Amino acid sequence: MDILNALVAFLNFIVVPGLAYGSQLALGALGITLIFSVLRFSNFAHGDTMAFGTAFVILFTWWFQSMGITAGPLPTALLALPLGILVTIAMVLATDRVVYRFYRKQRAKPIIVVIVSTGVMFVMNGLVRLIIGTSEQNFTDGARMMLNPQDFKAWTGLAEPLAIKTTAAISVVAAVICCALLFWFLQRTRTGKSMRAYSDNEDLALLSGINPERVVMITWIIAGALACIAGTLYGLDKSYRGIVYFSLLMPMFAAAVVGGLGSPVGAVVGSFIVAFSELIVTNAWRKIFSYLVPPEWLGDGLYQALSTDYKVAVSFTILIMVLLFRPQGIFGGK
Amino acid sequence: MAQYRNLFLFAGVALLFILTGALQSWNLSLNILNLALLSCIMAIGVNIQWGYAGLFSTGIVGSVALGGLAVVLVSAKPVPEGWAAGGPQIVEALLFAAIAIAFSTWLYRRLKPGTNRALALALYLVVAFFIYRLILDPGVIAVEANNPAQAGNIGGLGLNSLFAWPVGALMAAAAAWVIGKIALGLREDYLAIATLGIAEIVVTVLRNEDWLARGVKNLIDLPRPWPVPYEVDLQVNPAFLEPVASMGADPVTASTIFVKLLYAAMFGLILILLVWGCERALNSPWGRTVRAIRDNEISAAAMGKDVKFRHLQIFIIGSAVVGLAGAMLTSMEGQLTPPSYLPLRFTFLIWVMVIVGGSGNNWGAILGGLLIGWLYLAVEFLGPHVMEILTAGLPAGDLKDHLQDTAAHMRLLTLGVVLLLVMRFAPRGLIPEK
Repeated sequence: MDILNALVAFLNFIVVPGLAYGSQLALGALGITLIFSVLRFSNFAHGDTMAFGTAFVILFTWWFQSMGITAGPLPTALLALPLGILVTIAMVLATDRVVYRFYRKQRAKPIIVVIVSTGVMFVMNGLVRLIIGTSEQNFTDGARMMLNPQDFKAWTGLAEPLAIKTTAAISVVAAVICCALLFWFLQRTRTGKSMRAYSDNEDLALLSGINPERVVMITWIIAGALACIAGTLYGLDKSYRGIVYFSLLMPMFAAAVVGGLGSPVGAVVGSFIVAFSELIVTNAWRKIFSYLVPPEWLGDGLYQALSTDYKVAVSFTILIMVLLFRPQGIFGGK
Repeated sequence: MAQYRNLFLFAGVALLFILTGALQSWNLSLNILNLALLSCIMAIGVNIQWGYAGLFSTGIVGSVALGGLAVVLVSAKPVPEGWAAGGPQIVEALLFAAIAIAFSTWLYRRLKPGTNRALALALYLVVAFFIYRLILDPGVIAVEANNPAQAGNIGGLGLNSLFAWPVGALMAAAAAWVIGKIALGLREDYLAIATLGIAEIVVTVLRNEDWLARGVKNLIDLPRPWPVPYEVDLQVNPAFLEPVASMGADPVTASTIFVKLLYAAMFGLILILLVWGCERALNSPWGRTVRAIRDNEISAAAMGKDVKFRHLQIFIIGSAVVGLAGAMLTSMEGQLTPPSYLPLRFTFLIWVMVIVGGSGNNWGAILGGLLIGWLYLAVEFLGPHVMEILTAGLPAGDLKDHLQDTAAHMRLLTLGVVLLLVMRFAPRGLIPEK
């Protein structure tokens, strides 16, 4: 029995990565849920919007690095992030103007707009491939570890190390700041209130003089900014490949549906549910168990419920469970 | 004039194939034609779902992959040692899983609703999952340990791959039943999201479960469907060589073309049967019900039509047709390569075919299948040429190299732009629904 080491291993393999991954998912899922509540369709292009924004952040990062500008212990990408966000916002606003606005004016069925969004997904994916290619790009710099595993071991004298990557810490901090700003904006400001009114009841909102185009524009700006931040954090934490963002769609949709499509709080909670479920199911528990019970009890299994290749199956199962038992999600979306 | 319009369109597409044959090679042209015919069958399946009933599935690639898996299970070489090592145990594990899930739904109906039921069921499912893994894992390890370089799988039945075609359709239909049961009847976006997930899982299973179809090690040497012969056999068969010699053709080229023509005839025949069946069904009371549901669900429901049941039925039929085409594809290629099951190639390309051709119209789906199928594959040999012409004025250097390299990625961009343009300016497609 060595509860302390087991706890540290649990923190190291589940809690820290789960918080980081959950934060990244949350920023993406928030965008999906906002677009759903205001524009009323599931945006399949969201994953590739994240990839698009991140590609520009990487380009700006390289430009800064070539000029010798760095952010010290923090990744240079944080300095490049505002520029990347601007490009992403410009892109989503242009897409809205050229593509989505037409269907909004026509009051097309949501499913038509979903199909259109897959078209946008292709265009964005194609652009990402043209701009930065399909190979892996590493753009992380600055201090790699916020909490060095050796330091931790020397400091506590435990056998089990605890490592906190700088990028993981930044992800959590960024998610907290973004959520706080977003919820403040939605609850307190006039524009935020008009957005919620529009999403609750479109006709009533129009009657009370809310300008729908302005609400839509602000939604795109927020969703684009969040997508760029989420994509960059994910790219910093793992490594960047333009084509992996498509596979983030499934966990993000699952997160948004679990929380209730259209509910921002739900999207955040759902993201952490999805992230922790993925880690709990695909983690090899042998190490943690070995501190809790005598090792000879364990045999030679890994105590891993599913191999990490089946991550997608976890978010899918969560999605199916919600659709079966509570289609409106935890926080009752639309 | 209008009645000849469709004829002109088809003649135009035929001209593309003839030009490819005359200017490049007939082998290439027939190759593209065969793949395009298979795409047409998939497009018919998608058209049944989208055109007839308005169901948007993003998991076509899953049905195609299940069809491919059927070919492996039915007609791959048997691996008796592998099967003996753990085959029955794996089957037991899968049976156990099926029974456990059935029992859980029974329990769910019998127990009183509430938190206790949720907790009890969750606990039951977790325990059942670990028992399932306990039965499955030793079997999998034993099978994969058997000659991993060449086998390592449970093997197939070794039957003719023609038998695999209906099996592929059935497997895709079964998967569609499960997904449809859960996701239909809710918001229509949910079907799109759920099918995206199931397709990804199917492809992941094919990639990782080596005992099933050797995963990314690929399963090669699948037999050809009856009655297609092998080229090497034809080249020594006097009954084939004599007429070829009398025409003055090269026997090697002639044999490859003969085989491809045979495939084209088989695929064409199935396509014609399918279209005939679909047209009959569309003009029957069933077809009118389905279209009435699509055009106005509420009034159809008010007329006493069971909307959810019809949707489920159509979703299953459409997926079965796609699964059939997936099995045909794998049996023509003679190998199963899981990494080739990309959503781009088998979900969204088929979508573009249906939408460009004209959703709701079978002839439109076929036209779209042939046209987009040709475009998609012709880009492979046209793309670099076009890029070369476009960049001819540039001086040699990085920019020129980069632009020429990107020709390969242009496909994606083009596909997206075509989809957006058609959705916007010609949403009814080239051959609109009557």
